[in-house]
Amino acid sequence: MIEGILIGLSTALSLTNILMVMVGCFAGTIIGMLPGLGPMTAIALMIPITYGFDPSTGLILMAGVYYGAVFGGSTSSILLNAPGIPGTVATAFDGYPMAQQGKAGKALAIAAYSSFAGGTISAIFLLVAAPSLSKVSLAFRSPDYFALMILGLTAISAFSSKGQFLKAMMMVVLGLMLATVGQDSLSDITRFTFNNMNLTDGISFVLIVMATFAMSEALTIIFRGKDPNRAAKQISLTELGSIKVNKEETIKMAKTIPRSSILGFLIGVLPGAGATIASFLAYGMERNYVNEDEKQKFGKGSVHGLSAPETANNAACSGSFVPLLTLGIPGSGTTAVMLGALLGFGIQPGPRLYQTNPEIFWSVIMSMYIGMVVLLILNLPLIPYIARILAVPRNYLIPLILFFSVTGIYLMSFNNFDIFLMIGIAVVATFLRLYDFPMPPLILAFVLGGLMEETLRRSLLISDGSPNFLWDRPITLIILLITITIVGWQIFSTFRKKI
Amino acid sequence: MRISPTKFISLLFLVLSVFYLYTAYNIQVFAFDENAPFNARTFPIYLGWAGIILSSLKIILPEKVTTEVNHKHLDYKSIIYLIIISLIYAAVILKIGYFISTSLFLFASYYFLGERRWGLMFILSFPFVAAFMYLLHGLLNIYLRDPFLKYIGVMG
Repeated sequence: MIEGILIGLSTALSLTNILMVMVGCFAGTIIGMLPGLGPMTAIALMIPITYGFDPSTGLILMAGVYYGAVFGGSTSSILLNAPGIPGTVATAFDGYPMAQQGKAGKALAIAAYSSFAGGTISAIFLLVAAPSLSKVSLAFRSPDYFALMILGLTAISAFSSKGQFLKAMMMVVLGLMLATVGQDSLSDITRFTFNNMNLTDGISFVLIVMATFAMSEALTIIFRGKDPNRAAKQISLTELGSIKVNKEETIKMAKTIPRSSILGFLIGVLPGAGATIASFLAYGMERNYVNEDEKQKFGKGSVHGLSAPETANNAACSGSFVPLLTLGIPGSGTTAVMLGALLGFGIQPGPRLYQTNPEIFWSVIMSMYIGMVVLLILNLPLIPYIARILAVPRNYLIPLILFFSVTGIYLMSFNNFDIFLMIGIAVVATFLRLYDFPMPPLILAFVLGGLMEETLRRSLLISDGSPNFLWDRPITLIILLITITIVGWQIFSTFRKKI
Repeated sequence: MRISPTKFISLLFLVLSVFYLYTAYNIQVFAFDENAPFNARTFPIYLGWAGIILSSLKIILPEKVTTEVNHKHLDYKSIIYLIIISLIYAAVILKIGYFISTSLFLFASYYFLGERRWGLMFILSFPFVAAFMYLLHGLLNIYLRDPFLKYIGVMG
């Protein structure tokens, strides 16, 4: 492991890569601060830029963007009560009241320290757990992978859809349907192309991400421009206050951070859970841990209440890299985008990544930690300046997002069919989002579609067409039982509410 | 009878799934693959049925959480303008080249979203796109096809 860490450090600490982490953290912070734009959009926007880079550098840039965007999301939560991403919704519960009390600087500083601590602790967990998990995951066979993908898709549907499980599952099926467009990987038979040559190679992953996230997000912001509930509340930058944290507040943070880190990391490791669930659970857990006096302060500017979700969401970000790097199964929508980027670089994440490309495996892990340090150094002094980005008028912001989306697609194919297709998908996605049809399950399904069909093909060929492969191996059976439990719980909770 | 937007979307999804399933059954596979345990049709057929079952359940079951959208708060005018501009942009990008089409797209988008500071609009369109193209083409060596700039000799 020490050798691996050294390989990772030597790659991550090259001048280019340090520069990339810095650029990534900075760009991610700015993008994450913009309401509605989260790490997934930030990473999607980075994909075309990383085309010319080597895989390690590209991934390091994306890791920096990821952490930056999560922190940026916290900034808009605290300053505007407008969480940039779902993972920072819980941050607003106590961060925004603190900002209203004229302690916005302090709230941002607590968020930055908590994010750093949560990220650091979970990076250590990742360092220790990832290689062991990769060894365990070598025992996985095609049926197990197939079951695992079913679990991942079910879990993301259960957790990302605010009680709208069926809607999320429909999005999963839609994502898988889109993934089947084009040539069949084994027989080369074209499917669902309707004799259109532009669809023979299938629909590009970047196109789907740009359409369902960046572009539809921009269209949604315009669409809901007249909604008074969504209008951003600007606050004066002179009200940021001091960013110094006193001794009493430090002690409170020191108690909260360890337990929230552990919870966040464990939640992040589960496929489909991620930062949103982790931050809400950490907030709830912290409320149960503190004494009655502190409990009364929750929702009114509590240090515990701000520190817990901030620690947990960053810890979950590191945790979500475990299934991605060791199993090739993304734990969240954001890591699903990163999986697509990895495949674009010609790298197949999974148990063998640890052996075949150790420099990539370790440099991503090490760059995460370096990203944390850079984020803290970069963001603390820049808090008052970074906050000014919130004043960028949407009249400029929206066209620039559309410009980046179209350029990303144009650079890939140099044909306008893809741009038309992207606009069409973005319009459909905008309406779907309006009625709470979640997009992360669609993205995850689209990314996993090809792999899922391949593992199902192998499993069915091995079992000669019999469905026995679903219960022949204990690992497959256990994973499927977990999936059935999640589905059962969703059905139970539906009927319980009705009763 | 009033059908909720969610159920209407589910109905559209049901129609899509039926069409998808019909197309899946009509995928031409090799003769020797026809009776194989898995061929190019298998996975799409499963997906088609999954789509039909899920959308039917969504239509049949009562809604646990209803999504209310106030259409008075939706800015249809701006979004239609923006989509039309984007479609025109997509249609002309190959004919008049990346630089001019992108700059005009940005300029028009700023205008239709209500911006009237002409100087800033100009800077954030033509010089901005030129700088972006220089970053991609000149510094990062990423090929950016622009027949117009090539024709007038600006790009190699």
